[in-house]
Amino acid sequence: MFARIALAATMLSLSLSGAVAKSQDGASGSDDLVTSFSLENGMEVVVVEDHRVPVVQHMVWYRAGSADEPVGQSGVAHFLEHLLFKGTDTLAPGELSATVAANGGRDNAFTSYDYTAYYQRVASDRLELMMRMESDRMVNLRLSEGDILTEREVILEERNQRTDNNPRALFGEQLNAAQYLNHRYGQPVIGWRHEMEELDMADALSFYSTYYAPNNAILVVSGDVNPEEVKALAERYYGVIPANPDLPTERARSKEPPQNAERRLIFRDPRVAQPYVQRSYLATERNTGAQEEAAALYLLSELLGGGSTSYLSNALQFDQQVAVYTGAFYSGVSLDKTSFDFLIVPAQGVTLEEAEAALDATLVAFLEAGVDPEQLDRIKLQLRASEVYARDNVDGIANRYGRALTSGLTVQDVQDWPQILQSVTADEIIAAAQGLLRPEASVTGWMMRQEEGK
Amino acid sequence: MMRLSAFTATVIAWISLLALPAQAEIKINEVTSPGGISAWLVEDHSIPFTALELRFRGGTSLDAPGKRGATYLMAGLLEEGSGEMQAQDYARAVENLAASFGYDTDRDSLSISARFLSENRDEAVALLRQTLHEPRFDQDALDRVRAQVLAGLRSDLKDPNKIASQAFAAMAYGDHPYGSSGKGTIDSVSELSRQDIFAAHEAILARDRLYVSAVGDITPAELGALLDDLLGDLAATGAPLPGPADVAIPGGVSIVDYDTPQSVALFGHAGITRDDDRFFAAYIMNQILGGGSFDSRLMTEVREKRGLTYGVYSYLVPQDLAAVYMGQLGSANSKMAEAVSVIQGEWQRLATEGVTEKELMDAKTYLTGAYPLRFDGNGRIASILVGMQMDDLPIDYVQTRNDKVNAVTLEEINRVASEILLPEKLHFTVVGRPEGLIANQ
Repeated sequence: MFARIALAATMLSLSLSGAVAKSQDGASGSDDLVTSFSLENGMEVVVVEDHRVPVVQHMVWYRAGSADEPVGQSGVAHFLEHLLFKGTDTLAPGELSATVAANGGRDNAFTSYDYTAYYQRVASDRLELMMRMESDRMVNLRLSEGDILTEREVILEERNQRTDNNPRALFGEQLNAAQYLNHRYGQPVIGWRHEMEELDMADALSFYSTYYAPNNAILVVSGDVNPEEVKALAERYYGVIPANPDLPTERARSKEPPQNAERRLIFRDPRVAQPYVQRSYLATERNTGAQEEAAALYLLSELLGGGSTSYLSNALQFDQQVAVYTGAFYSGVSLDKTSFDFLIVPAQGVTLEEAEAALDATLVAFLEAGVDPEQLDRIKLQLRASEVYARDNVDGIANRYGRALTSGLTVQDVQDWPQILQSVTADEIIAAAQGLLRPEASVTGWMMRQEEGK
Repeated sequence: MMRLSAFTATVIAWISLLALPAQAEIKINEVTSPGGISAWLVEDHSIPFTALELRFRGGTSLDAPGKRGATYLMAGLLEEGSGEMQAQDYARAVENLAASFGYDTDRDSLSISARFLSENRDEAVALLRQTLHEPRFDQDALDRVRAQVLAGLRSDLKDPNKIASQAFAAMAYGDHPYGSSGKGTIDSVSELSRQDIFAAHEAILARDRLYVSAVGDITPAELGALLDDLLGDLAATGAPLPGPADVAIPGGVSIVDYDTPQSVALFGHAGITRDDDRFFAAYIMNQILGGGSFDSRLMTEVREKRGLTYGVYSYLVPQDLAAVYMGQLGSANSKMAEAVSVIQGEWQRLATEGVTEKELMDAKTYLTGAYPLRFDGNGRIASILVGMQMDDLPIDYVQTRNDKVNAVTLEEINRVASEILLPEKLHFTVVGRPEGLIANQ
């Protein structure tokens, strides 16, 4: 299967008020840069072309993240990510990164709830070398006990740096744990410290042998490459790796039960300088072939929290002046139910209780007032423009595909998304908001200052 | 979670200047407007938008005495209304054009990064012109943004990284503007008036310190007209720049007590300027010591072998008014003493033993090969081009830069290492409760 994806230039045409859309030369979207196909062993491939500079980004994404971890081993997906930079049969520990550097490139990797990804950015004539090394460590990892002990210290220091040294991160971790009653999204990607301290070689290798296989991976190559060349190289290096017949057919995860109780948290830490209220609601994610509700929620987050013209900012920062900052956040790219979050940082002299009440009253007022059509038009206009600006960063487009394809979406879903956003109506947004704002599916957290010595 | 996160924000903006695009294919032209304003341009009509970068030398160091934080707050207020439009009307106008205007300040400059579509370029530039020339600085906007700045300052007082950089800067630069945060203090920012904001605007938005670049869908003739329209009416001169800072960094360790599980450390001593003829040797030397790759000496010794940190880096900081050589890391309170000792040892080892031929070769291969990779987007290139102009580099620098890297010899790099690495003068400012680490400052 080797299909060049047709482009939707007219759908994405950028029609500014009063201006004629330049659909031919001025406003094509990013889809025309994208080609996708599959290898016989089940590995998917996405190529995003940009020939302005002789540079390529080579990424392999695995459908395996922290939410796929066994109970009791939180952090093992991320630990394994670190360990993949140790050796294989043919690569000494550290040699992969050193080889990338010796070729003038940079490499790194990242882990989230639904995926783990590895990438190199390098001159485009070095693509083959990257594939040779990346395909090697897909199945040939060799670890020593020394690797385990030292790298475990490194991830504990990473947890120190990201989380334990940062009260906002600690608060967020607690809030997230309260949002999910049973789903693994409630466990932090980095892991709980007490479980990280116990991770061992067997844990890492078990996760590796279960999930690291071509039929659970997506190759995403962006930059100065042509799809035929990528296909030939991918077949040579990844195509020869047998599919894992024992790969779980479904990403079996513990499901959320009905959420029936409004949850409230108070987090106190002497290192808190600026108290605030965060509210999170369990929210529908983007699902393949059914992204409309998620699109409405995304627009809702922009209407409520997208900058100084947003509804929350206008009401709480400009009119009532009870907040120094307000925000609304929603990321729909998620395999299972995601969250929709609000943040309000009260002005001096305003209590958390008053700030929370003002936030609630403003949300009620928004539902009563309905969507401001001009504001919705401005947001849609900017979304159309963002597709033009996105073409300046094909690695960003590559990431978009990697995240989507590891989160239950397809190439088609990614390409349909801009048009779905454009078609959302004001009524659909209000309906989505009413479905979202259920207290019994929410967590409200107060981040508070604790005076030292108490 | 990443295996290695990018440098944190404490690394000064100049670092991007070292990372210039190497493509011979990138053709940089100098454009001089009919009115005499010059800019560097990379024309690229493949995507219908333009990135325009304006940079004004001086930055927060131009704050008048007693007005610390005025430049920073002024920059934050540029997007809070201009002409007849108050803040939200102004924001809606920007949104209606799908343009973006970003404002940033550091010790040495005020940056204005604009991005606009070709199809409404004239309207976008007209709005940016009004932004620069007719800011409102309304009292209500001032009070609102001031409250945000004050909230940030209160947070900085509890942030170990910010505490470390403030303590290090105060020690290194004393009363010079570099010695305190450009955001100001809670007291100084609380006192700033509208008049102070207008004065800060007048001090920095002047043609005598302006650098411009544009990248994207615009021709030289269009850019020339744009420059005169946008910038021709700026004042000819702004406020005088302060003189150089006296860098005073005693060797040793100082500790700021703070109850947090991981200590953070900033370390450093005096450095070299960008126009020092040892700069390339020093730059390669730093790449080997702690320049951000996984296999630098510091990462190998502190992280890979001993698991003492998630990340440790070193970096040259050749600012306009002082040059230092810095590094940073975080390490658990129980481990920081060992990490400091390992870093001191590596500093000494490189100063006395130098680097190997293989390390030099690997670093050159990396630096020259990575150079083209920095060219990743119109806005990024525009930013690099103004940086080059501020560093007084020639317009053909991108063609010669890799040759300069390759020309450095083993003998030269090892001589430079012995000259600029000062193990006795290396100072560690540690924030936390590091066990067994003795402060001697």
